[in-house]
Amino acid sequence: MASIDYPLERPRHGEKTYSFSEALYSWVSTVDHKRLGLMYIVAALIFMIIAGIMAVVIRMQLMFPESHVVSPDTFNRLFTMHGTTMVFLLGMPMIAGFSNYFVPLMIGARDMAFPRMNAFGFWIFLFGGLLLYFSYIGGGGLGGAGSAPDVGWFAYAPLTSKAFSRGAATDYWILGILVSGVGSIASAINVIATTISLRCPGMTLSRMPMFVWVMLVDSWLILIALPPLNAAQIMLLMDRHLGSNFFETQAGGSAVLWQHFFWIFGHPEVYILIFPAFAILSEVIPVFSRKPIFGKPAMVGAVVAIGFISLGVWAHHMFAVGMTAWSNTFFAASSMLVGVPTGIKIFNWTATMYGGRIRYSTAMMYCCAFLLQFLVAGLTGIMLAVAPFDWQLHDSYFVVAHFHFTLIGGAVFGIFAGIYYWFPKVTGKLLSEKLGKWNFWLFVIGFNMTFLTLHFAGFLGMPRRIYTYAPDRGWDTINFIASVGAFIQAAAVACFVWNVLYTLKKGEPAGDDPWDGWTLEWATTSPPPEYNFEKLPVVRSSRPLWDLKHPQDPDWKYE
Amino acid sequence: MFNHAQLALLQANVPGLPQHRIANIFRPLATPGASEKNIALLTLAITGVIFVVVAGLIIYTMWRFRRKPGDDEHQEPPQVYGSNQIEVAWTVIPILIVFVLIGVSARVIAGVENASPPASTTKVTLVGHQWWWEVDYPQFTVRTANEIHVPVSRDGNNATYLTLESQDVIHSFWVPQLGGKMDLIPNRQNFTWIDPREPGVYYGNCAEYCGTQHANMLLRVIAQEPADFNTWAANEAKPAVEDPSVSAQKAVYQSLSCVNCHTIRGTGSIGQFGPDLTHLMSRENIGAGVLTNTPEHLRAWVNDPQAIKPGCLMPSMKLTDKELDQVVAYLETLK
Ligand code: HEC
Ligand SMILES: [Cu+2]
Repeated sequence: MASIDYPLERPRHGEKTYSFSEALYSWVSTVDHKRLGLMYIVAALIFMIIAGIMAVVIRMQLMFPESHVVSPDTFNRLFTMHGTTMVFLLGMPMIAGFSNYFVPLMIGARDMAFPRMNAFGFWIFLFGGLLLYFSYIGGGGLGGAGSAPDVGWFAYAPLTSKAFSRGAATDYWILGILVSGVGSIASAINVIATTISLRCPGMTLSRMPMFVWVMLVDSWLILIALPPLNAAQIMLLMDRHLGSNFFETQAGGSAVLWQHFFWIFGHPEVYILIFPAFAILSEVIPVFSRKPIFGKPAMVGAVVAIGFISLGVWAHHMFAVGMTAWSNTFFAASSMLVGVPTGIKIFNWTATMYGGRIRYSTAMMYCCAFLLQFLVAGLTGIMLAVAPFDWQLHDSYFVVAHFHFTLIGGAVFGIFAGIYYWFPKVTGKLLSEKLGKWNFWLFVIGFNMTFLTLHFAGFLGMPRRIYTYAPDRGWDTINFIASVGAFIQAAAVACFVWNVLYTLKKGEPAGDDPWDGWTLEWATTSPPPEYNFEKLPVVRSSRPLWDLKHPQDPDWKYE
Repeated sequence: MFNHAQLALLQANVPGLPQHRIANIFRPLATPGASEKNIALLTLAITGVIFVVVAGLIIYTMWRFRRKPGDDEHQEPPQVYGSNQIEVAWTVIPILIVFVLIGVSARVIAGVENASPPASTTKVTLVGHQWWWEVDYPQFTVRTANEIHVPVSRDGNNATYLTLESQDVIHSFWVPQLGGKMDLIPNRQNFTWIDPREPGVYYGNCAEYCGTQHANMLLRVIAQEPADFNTWAANEAKPAVEDPSVSAQKAVYQSLSCVNCHTIRGTGSIGQFGPDLTHLMSRENIGAGVLTNTPEHLRAWVNDPQAIKPGCLMPSMKLTDKELDQVVAYLETLK
């Protein structure tokens, strides 16, 4: 009864060698969820590095008042492309990448439900990303010199109308995002279908690992939130080319309408982006604390609650557009409420660590930094939800600091935790812990140096998205420190890239289960074979490998 | 390159008025700003306490339960799966805190948004343009740009009400020491009010990204004693000064395309595209705050605005030196 019919010791197969063109062909034509997942993650990381370089240039320009590193238009293109890339070409494909790779492994499946749609999703996403970047060449239209979009990542109307945005740059923005969004939708449908229909015998919904749960909710959220954006983008395209007037204020259209459409997408979107980190933390923290996740039903409930509430908070991005006192109060209230389930998550992760025996690998250190930084992000979020406080903070550097705390201090730190945790599974090699510590500490120091200080620029009235500022406004010291921090973060990422390249060449072999893990992906070889599991596993609890390793004291006795 | 910032620092502006350059939202000098500051302090206090408690717990846990060198590798800690009482506790307490904040917010929101203008109020219509502000005073038939003169409101009973509109894209009115922001949205009217308690020049910025020169769309509110304000308004209401000693220079100005974009009331210059120049010399700044209004700066601006504010909507006019001197000499009489 207690035996689970998959062995901990597995035979290894001889490695085949491929010629370059065979290898290339096999990657391009693959429908294997692991390869697609990996390609998603690598593409996302490359986009992250490109957008990161843009951030460094932005910080160089702002390091001193009145500097002339780049021209105003170049600056505006930089922050537009930086934001658009980080959200749509780093955040979104990371979700697809992690869920593609690990959802089937964790639920004991051999692939995703729709492998070919999966491949389609990846390639269409990549095409969308390249289309956006092609704007640097084609954005000026046929005769023009070419330029990337400069309308900001939320592209407020009517700045995007033909009158204020000439050339084709805005069209590339619309189409690039629209097309890569098709990829996100495809992968969301796939994750939902896979988790619903391909779980291995014994894996009831309540035994599904937290990671899979969070990715499932995340996929639903993508499915609900993306269509309003895509609809609005199509309307905008019609405004620009077919003479409709949805957002064309000169012809009676509404600028505020775009904002509603955008943020109905945009607010759930920030939760969509943070969920992968939630998913990763919920796996990494238990394993390195040596305890099961505390209050799993509450954790699942919290994530579902966040999903629901996040659909009703969008107008907190619009406290300054002149809504009535009633609407402002409603959205202030709903926005503060979303803090409650978010708090529950932080408490439960801490409780998971409490009483444990914490091993500080790089992955775990990233999780700990996440907890503290995300706490700050959550609390500054509460400040922004207090509408009268937001009238001051809105569109200031305080907001910039806040959302970088959620998206770097939160999402990116979580992703790094995930990469350090699963790298051995994916490649069979352990990332160097020594370089990892350098990577981690440089990142923590640089990140907080930049973004903790920038909160204060907001308090001193510095608006976001300005390419220059006068030296007499009290912003220069803050900006100087923030820029130095950005350079340190760049060094941290360089350390990471070096770590990956070095490990791929000379890394220590990891073995199948280097962290003494509990979920099914550790029950196959590293890297896993194409079919994942020789025999489909059968599980009886949330931690099948714990059961296997502790036959006298299995989890299913308590669940 | 022109180092306007250094020059700006050297220039004394309106004599006697303190310059509030550091726009600290925690040093408000008007009613909306003050009520926003109070709720901000309350929020900071609450979130501060939460931070200390929760971060303290996290750090304590991180330290206390770390694996120590002597620990047995294979000994697992007790497996705890959760506790419903604890979950309920840390759900209910945050909900209570949130309710307090919602209540307080609702009160301040209504207080600021539903305030109604007293009969004696000064009315201003602020119209956003890419990248400058048109300031209209319907009660005085006055039109100026970028600097909003208002009477000081010591007891809070002399507030100025602003109607916010936009000619092109969205901009946002934000003078932090007076109050939070309100957007200027095309095809829509918004309202806000300010009541500076002390005379002074309050600095602000356009706070909604509006294109190339968003960074140089600066804004000043100049709060004056009511008597000074009235003198200023009376002067602004007059048509442009006719100075016979510059009639030749005026003719040069009139012959250029400046007239298609700028208004100088009482002359044939009736363009609406750029700022009204009728009383140009009564302004401290030109180009929405990029330069202080001195003869050299004015000359530099008219000569080549694109070098000073690249991308702005005034073209470089390619005037000859002689024309330039004449035009600037004329403009300088527009007191
Ligand atoms: C195509 C329209 C156009 C023409 C022609 C034009 N201007 Fe302008 N001008 C503008 C705009 C727009 C601004 C506001 C620029 C800004 O601050 O971004 C401006 C600003 C100014 C200012 C600064 C006003 C202030 O208070 O900030 C002066 C002075 C000025 N123009 C003088 C002239 C003169 C003199 C000429 C003719 C030689 C001229 N302009 C021609 C559009 C024009
Ligand atoms: Cu503006």
